[in-house]
Amino acid sequence: MAFLELHGLTKRFGAFTAVEELSFAVERGSFVSLLGPSGCGKTTTLQMVAGFEAPTEGKIVLDGKNLAGIPARERGLGIVFQTYALFAHMTVEENVGFGLEMRKVSKAERKRRIAAALDLVHLSHLGDRYPRAMSGGQRQRVALARALVIEPQLLLLDEPLSNLDAKLREEMQLELRRIQREAGVTTLMVTHDQSEALALSDSIVVMDQGRLRQDATPFDIYETPQSSFVSRFLGKSNNLSARLDSTGSEGSALVCGSLRLHGPLVDLRPGPVEIALRPERIALVDPEAGQLRGTVAERVFMGNQWLLRIETELGDMLVMRYNTGRAEAEEGEVVGLDWKPEDIRILPVEETSA
Amino acid sequence: MTTQTSRAWLLSAPALVLFAVLLLVPLLMTFMLSFNSFDFYGGIGTDLSLANYAEVLGDSYFYEIFGRTFLIALITTAICAAIGVPQAYILYRMSPFWRSITVLIVIGPLLISVVVRTLGWAILLGNKGVINTALMDIGLIERPIRMMYTSGGIVLALVHVMVPFMVLAVWAALQRQDPATEAAAESLGARPRTIFFRIILPQAIPGVLSGSLIVFSLSASAFATPAILGGRRVKVVSTTVYDEFLNTLNWPLGAAIAMLLLVAVLIVMLSWNSLVERRYGEVFE
Repeated sequence: MAFLELHGLTKRFGAFTAVEELSFAVERGSFVSLLGPSGCGKTTTLQMVAGFEAPTEGKIVLDGKNLAGIPARERGLGIVFQTYALFAHMTVEENVGFGLEMRKVSKAERKRRIAAALDLVHLSHLGDRYPRAMSGGQRQRVALARALVIEPQLLLLDEPLSNLDAKLREEMQLELRRIQREAGVTTLMVTHDQSEALALSDSIVVMDQGRLRQDATPFDIYETPQSSFVSRFLGKSNNLSARLDSTGSEGSALVCGSLRLHGPLVDLRPGPVEIALRPERIALVDPEAGQLRGTVAERVFMGNQWLLRIETELGDMLVMRYNTGRAEAEEGEVVGLDWKPEDIRILPVEETSA
Repeated sequence: MTTQTSRAWLLSAPALVLFAVLLLVPLLMTFMLSFNSFDFYGGIGTDLSLANYAEVLGDSYFYEIFGRTFLIALITTAICAAIGVPQAYILYRMSPFWRSITVLIVIGPLLISVVVRTLGWAILLGNKGVINTALMDIGLIERPIRMMYTSGGIVLALVHVMVPFMVLAVWAALQRQDPATEAAAESLGARPRTIFFRIILPQAIPGVLSGSLIVFSLSASAFATPAILGGRRVKVVSTTVYDEFLNTLNWPLGAAIAMLLLVAVLIVMLSWNSLVERRYGEVFE
């Protein structure tokens, strides 16, 4: 039995269903991300785990105990809010100590634990500051220390890095991972940022329109997305409609426009499918040599890599090439695109829901 | 001067002229007047002295009036805070639809003319007024309770009209706080009572302080309410000034009292403000 389990969790607001039949499990000590576009129900799910919203149906089981009917204040969870929600009228130490005070921890013990928590987030020197006098990154750390000091069974992070600028966000990603590992606390994070989810998580739960789309490790979810939505939501992807002719132990035969392609074995019946191809798996070759020919329409230099938009008979294809010290193609140049058959992902055609 | 700043001055000119002509000039003239001498038979004299100020500051009669005025203002402020803070919090928690209706009700007293509103209170509070008649008819009291021409009556009517200022100031402060702080406190184990007293109230304090400033200064200089409900019997500073000007016709003395009220209120406001700045400047923006 997993540490945290959600069983058929559903939340309706009037006629609107925010979360539908959501089930997943979080192992003790692991870091799981709920990932999805805004309005996909991930925040509502977090609110239900936190105890701020009651599920319409289904149950949440934490360490073998059903959380139904237990108010938020008795769940003992550490929560880091998107806005950090620091108490502006309290110093950093008072903020961090608030949860301990509510638990009637003795003053000496409180002092020791506040110091340990601030040490964990590297803020020991700023204990008597007010939040107003701190930077965004520092406030974030205070919020983390405040959530961790109560030694929560579960740490909930609501878009923890979305209010930081890009450079600080990358720093805090590493920092967050270190702190989570050091504290050894089971963590559930809500985010819409796929790179954040990929970098931090042991496991990612992708949600869309209130439903679970895929639940897997970051590597698996990026490498073998099971739907068009997941392939497009995580990282960049070239998605094309195609027809599956046959599939067997020697691979699949596909027809895509006027092209005949080979792909890996799939568990799908012949018929219309969607194929997904990652931009970084496409090599630029001689125009005559590749599987597809196109003209470089746009080229964007991103420092460590080039991003190219190539016009082909199948539509625009994105190609990403590492910057190895020279430009591989100029704008307007005709190039060939090539890839390995096993880099193709064959996905069922998405039923278009309203 | 750059065109930018000259345009700014030009655009501010109408307001500045209005401010100068209608406020600064009369104020300055009152200030000058307060130094003139006065004779009951000769009227306003031309010789200048500090005699008027000496008269006010040397007479316990005036001390009593100033003391009463500030006590009324202080009690009004305290009651307004006690009523206004919970009211503002309820307003803050309401759904937008009910909130807009309730805001209208809250500022209702301000929409009624001060004279009408105060005469309404007079009808309620008089010895043969609605409250006393009702209480006597029920048999709870035998003789009417005196409420007209008392400081209590003045405080009651002032609270009625001042509460909106307090509510709006506190409400503004509550809206500046992050709503997630309540959820954060709850997740850390705080009960609703603790959340209110430890999290919400302290963050609303700047609003209470600025609201108090408005209520106190308006109450200390209020005229119509104490004039109608206090009459000649319960004098406050502003009604005393009025009497000096229009009954005794001792304009210079009236001017001196008015200047002293202005200075006293200013001192209270400025020291209050600097206290707030010192205490909360570091904490709130």
